[in-house]
Amino acid sequence: MLFWITLRSAIKSLWANKLRSFLAMLGIIIGVGAVIAMIAMGAGAQKQVVSQIEAMGTNLLIVQPQYKRDAGVTSGTMQKLTLDDAMAIAQLPGVKEVAPVVSSSTQVKYEGQNSPESIQGTSPDYLEIRNFEIDKGRMFTEEEADGLARVAVMGPLAVENLFNGQDPLGKEIKIKGINFTVVGVTKSKGGQGWFNPDDEIFVPYSTAMKILFGLDYVKEIDVLAKEGVNLTTLSGQPPGQGYGPPRDFNPDEQQPPPPPDSVTALLRKRHRIQTDQIDDFRIQNQDDIIATRTAFIWTFRVLLFSIASISLLVGGIGIMNIMLVTVTERTREIGTRKAIGAKNRDILTQFLIEAMAMSGLGGALGAAAGIGLAKIIPMIPMFSTFMTIVQPTVVIVSILFAAVVGIFFGLYPAYRASQLDPIDALRYE
Amino acid sequence: MTDSPNTGALLRATDLVKTYVLGDNIVNALNGVSIAIEQGEMVAIRGPSGSGKSTLMNILGCLDRPTSGTYVLAGDDVSRMSDNALAEARNKKIGFVFQTFNLLPRMNALENVELPLLYGGALNAKKKSLEALERVGLGERCHHLPNQLSGGQRQRVAIARAIVTDPAIVLADEPTGALDTKTGEEILNLFKKLNDENSTIIIVTHDLKVAEHCQREIYIRDGKVVPSEVRNLSQVAEGV
Repeated sequence: MLFWITLRSAIKSLWANKLRSFLAMLGIIIGVGAVIAMIAMGAGAQKQVVSQIEAMGTNLLIVQPQYKRDAGVTSGTMQKLTLDDAMAIAQLPGVKEVAPVVSSSTQVKYEGQNSPESIQGTSPDYLEIRNFEIDKGRMFTEEEADGLARVAVMGPLAVENLFNGQDPLGKEIKIKGINFTVVGVTKSKGGQGWFNPDDEIFVPYSTAMKILFGLDYVKEIDVLAKEGVNLTTLSGQPPGQGYGPPRDFNPDEQQPPPPPDSVTALLRKRHRIQTDQIDDFRIQNQDDIIATRTAFIWTFRVLLFSIASISLLVGGIGIMNIMLVTVTERTREIGTRKAIGAKNRDILTQFLIEAMAMSGLGGALGAAAGIGLAKIIPMIPMFSTFMTIVQPTVVIVSILFAAVVGIFFGLYPAYRASQLDPIDALRYE
Repeated sequence: MTDSPNTGALLRATDLVKTYVLGDNIVNALNGVSIAIEQGEMVAIRGPSGSGKSTLMNILGCLDRPTSGTYVLAGDDVSRMSDNALAEARNKKIGFVFQTFNLLPRMNALENVELPLLYGGALNAKKKSLEALERVGLGERCHHLPNQLSGGQRQRVAIARAIVTDPAIVLADEPTGALDTKTGEEILNLFKKLNDENSTIIIVTHDLKVAEHCQREIYIRDGKVVPSEVRNLSQVAEGV
């Protein structure tokens, strides 16, 4: 009963000094708003990463040629990966499937339609390795992949771009002026931010290498590991760097050799790389990608969280300041309350409730602002690839936390109020 | 008149001394005051400013403790109580009425009157508060905020707040000081009415006209009670 009356008069006194209360709450509003918006963005980013990785395929190693480094400047790539490398990798005990990939973007035509598409020259296993599924028609066969067949499997967006709603199966498209028969369409995976797997056209690697692009090497070799195989062991390449001596090479400080049966050991042997030379290929390990992205998101979150905490701290100090002013202004009221029988702890409670009401209200307003911000951010063109997820628990915890900040920073002013001598307080002008 | 130590007095203060240290000076605000007040009395405590009457009022009102001496109120020695116990005593045994009313501006009349009951954890706070407001003649204005009431009405609310806990004494500090003569008269008549209903009332004032409404006057000067005969002589000497 006393609590409710105190709370009501606290809210009334906040309302009586609207501007002052709002300014005092501003720090809390910004702090809580920031926390909610940031956590929403962090959760969204986390979800995007997870879905990207799922779309890319799991248990995946991507072998690519190493960048050339001349005096620290990256210029092109080093020795080329060949189809034979891919076949050798396929023989390793930990490997389930291997797909060589050559890719390039080029104009594709169907009748009057013209669209730039990403062409992936690969083998049929690519679909399983990269988690694609066939929606209509079929994937090209191993024989077609090896035998320079002019067949293509299209992503749904590429179909949309070229066919305007017509059935593409059996139609002829022109890639670099060469006719390809469309034999299948993949299921949509959805956009992934900076690249869209639905906007690709798959063709046999042999056709892509010899007829389309005139290459005798591949751009990457995708390796699907067997279930339960440790990707780092299979890769053999330490994350973030090539295998081999560091740039300031010290022969006394050699790395242990790569594990036998690893892709690194195999390719170093095939490419005849000496122990004092670094790898001419790099292997993206999907575990590394996940770890790097997650670490980035964590860094992002920690950064935002510290900004939010500082804001809450400043907000708390703002509330403390206003509460000290309030206590001084209401000295006579405190004297009166004590004269009619309020104990020190009653006064303490009263001012704590006021501080809590102020910070709790600030927290609620901040939550509203944060939710609004989380909804608006993805609508801004610059941040259109962002995704935000507002979790109700985060909102509730933020408001409660704001109230706790209020109690913490209200404690000293409330204590001062409770310790006032009633006689002095009654006499205060 | 010296107060004879009657047995069973409602309020008995004996040899109250209050000493303040102000820098290097020691000020004796009260210099051995002994008074006794019976249940149902209406007493004025009067004295010029600086006489020590405010100090006496603070001690009688349990806002302060004497440096020495004892003060027994309604059977309890309150002169050595802790802060919390004093707060409890103020809540249960004393009803304060102030010169400037001291109502809480954001609470309506009823909530102001309820407040001491809420601090005391009393039951039926609303019903009792409405009764107290009826007794002071403000029953129909219980939902008005203080700034919607006249000075006299505010003081009535304050009086209702003082009597709502059914205290041993109502202690009024210059209750008419902020009111015009006519309204002041009405307030004093209200005190008389409450006194007729058996409330014990102490009015602290410097105003002889106010004191004349009371049955008895305790005159304080220089921290001491001045016996009435002596005071009359001195007043004659001063030409008052």
